[in-house]
Amino acid sequence: MSTAASLHQSRKRKNAVMMTLCVIAAGIGLAWLALILGALLYKGLSGVNLAVFTEMTPPPGDAGGLLNAIYGSIVMTIIGIIVGTPIGVLAGTYMAEYGRFSKLTTVVRFINDILLSAPSIIIGLFVYELMVRPMGHFSAIAGAVALAILVIPVVVRTTEDMLNLVPNALREAGTAIGAPRWVVIRSVAYRAALSGIVTGILLAIARISGETAPLLFTALNNQFWSSNLNAPMASLPVTIFQFALSPYEEWQQLAWTGALIITLTVLGLSIFARSLTGRREDR
Amino acid sequence: MSAVQEALPAIRGSRDATVRRFAFTDAIFHGLTRAAAILVLVLLSGVAISLIVGAWPALSTFGFSFITTESWNPVTEKFGALAPIYGTIITSAIAILIAVPLGIGIAIFLTELCPRPLRRPIGMAVELLAGIPSIIYGIWGLFVLAPFLQTTVQPFIISVFHGIPGLNSLFAGPPYGIGLLTSAMILAIMILPFITSITKDVFDTVPSVLKESAYGIGCTTWEVTRRVVIPYTRIGIMGGVMLALGRALGETMAVTFVIGNAHRISTSLFAPATTISATIANEFTEAVGDLYTSSLVALGLILFIITFLILAIARYMLMRIDARTGA
Repeated sequence: MSTAASLHQSRKRKNAVMMTLCVIAAGIGLAWLALILGALLYKGLSGVNLAVFTEMTPPPGDAGGLLNAIYGSIVMTIIGIIVGTPIGVLAGTYMAEYGRFSKLTTVVRFINDILLSAPSIIIGLFVYELMVRPMGHFSAIAGAVALAILVIPVVVRTTEDMLNLVPNALREAGTAIGAPRWVVIRSVAYRAALSGIVTGILLAIARISGETAPLLFTALNNQFWSSNLNAPMASLPVTIFQFALSPYEEWQQLAWTGALIITLTVLGLSIFARSLTGRREDR
Repeated sequence: MSAVQEALPAIRGSRDATVRRFAFTDAIFHGLTRAAAILVLVLLSGVAISLIVGAWPALSTFGFSFITTESWNPVTEKFGALAPIYGTIITSAIAILIAVPLGIGIAIFLTELCPRPLRRPIGMAVELLAGIPSIIYGIWGLFVLAPFLQTTVQPFIISVFHGIPGLNSLFAGPPYGIGLLTSAMILAIMILPFITSITKDVFDTVPSVLKESAYGIGCTTWEVTRRVVIPYTRIGIMGGVMLALGRALGETMAVTFVIGNAHRISTSLFAPATTISATIANEFTEAVGDLYTSSLVALGLILFIITFLILAIARYMLMRIDARTGA
């Protein structure tokens, strides 16, 4: 009787201890992440002013802005998306529609998942060997290609997943009225999966807008305004990297402000992307 | 009636033409999507081939000793990858040791303990944090974490372990703030959301019947988690941990900020060191001479092989748990 009671007591005690540890773990994790975001807001906000968006990156010790870096990031992100998205959507379409049960799809899915989490610096090295070395110089277009390669696996994954969710009855209805397969895919499957595919593209934008490593030795950096795609171009992440590691206070402040801009962009895009799919789930 | 009979061949002919046109465009679209799918395969093999080609000068010059020598000297052009490989493995291993218990703890909290209205917001916050670019973690590590460790934590730890053999070399000064342990901590906080969200997802695959029957015979929450949930999801958790390990091994920017970029192997966790990705990020654009560049590409090749294997194992494990829940 007493042993049973003490066993019960010890089990309850053990449970209380472990559950407390779990709560502490959650507390530590959330507090740690809150600390990072808090520091980012605190240090970044103090440097936000109009000059950040209207002036070029300054020489050491001077005041200035991040205009050319912001512009470079936007340009390379847009080109990366324009190049990467069609390839990703088409590949995802093959995997979910034409080749749903083929051997090729299984292999591509496996390889795509590996590409999805492959170190981005490796992609940078690849594009360096592929484009920068043959061309003989760093260029914005090489940076954009590196970003496009990062876009593809994200879009492939979401496109395939979303097309797989489209009920087969819809496709059968399309086929039954005599529409060929590609018309069924275009007018039925794509339309049904549209918000999911757009979510994938938004997530891809969120991913590449903060990528630094693949740009380091493809687009390099540029202290001045440049819209030449065949020349080195500044980007927000690379500028942050350079400025943060510098000994100049103005540069460090700009790095914090740039970091805040990137984080808000990425968080905003992710929340928007999630709200798109969230609405669909509710419906 | 005769008019219809006269018109029939024409109708049939135009229908045949339409069907042929449909078949033709369909074949084109089919081919296009197939080509895009094959391009994904070509990309990965292209990465492997270009790295091997780029690394070949270094590998043929140094041979196997490339991965067994510590010296990294651009002046005499003697390159060995041991120090970066050591730094990569040690930082990732410590990061996993910190992040896995924390991540699983948070997942248990979210699935078993958290009040229902808070579950979705906290779960979503965790997923959003997984998407924050690594450079943000790097800049925080450099300006906030490293000075704090340097002035407060490290001197204390050094003084505590000063007289204890073994531990005193593991925690030997001077406290720089940056170094192996700082990098590992930054990596841990980076992969934490990742481990948490995967663990939470696989915890959700446990059939409620299993959990309810365990509760029904009087098990405590911890016993249900320990004896039912974790054994049931073991493969999935392992897959998530491997995936996080793959991330940690290849993580570049966060580590580059706080590792110190020193090409030597030190027993102290407080010493500056380097990792494969940090070495490439720091030195690639400044590398002069083909052998130097090639050695850096060879480092990239080693990283590629290590992460490819880890990620392949991780995906294999996660595919197995997917297959089970799908069945």
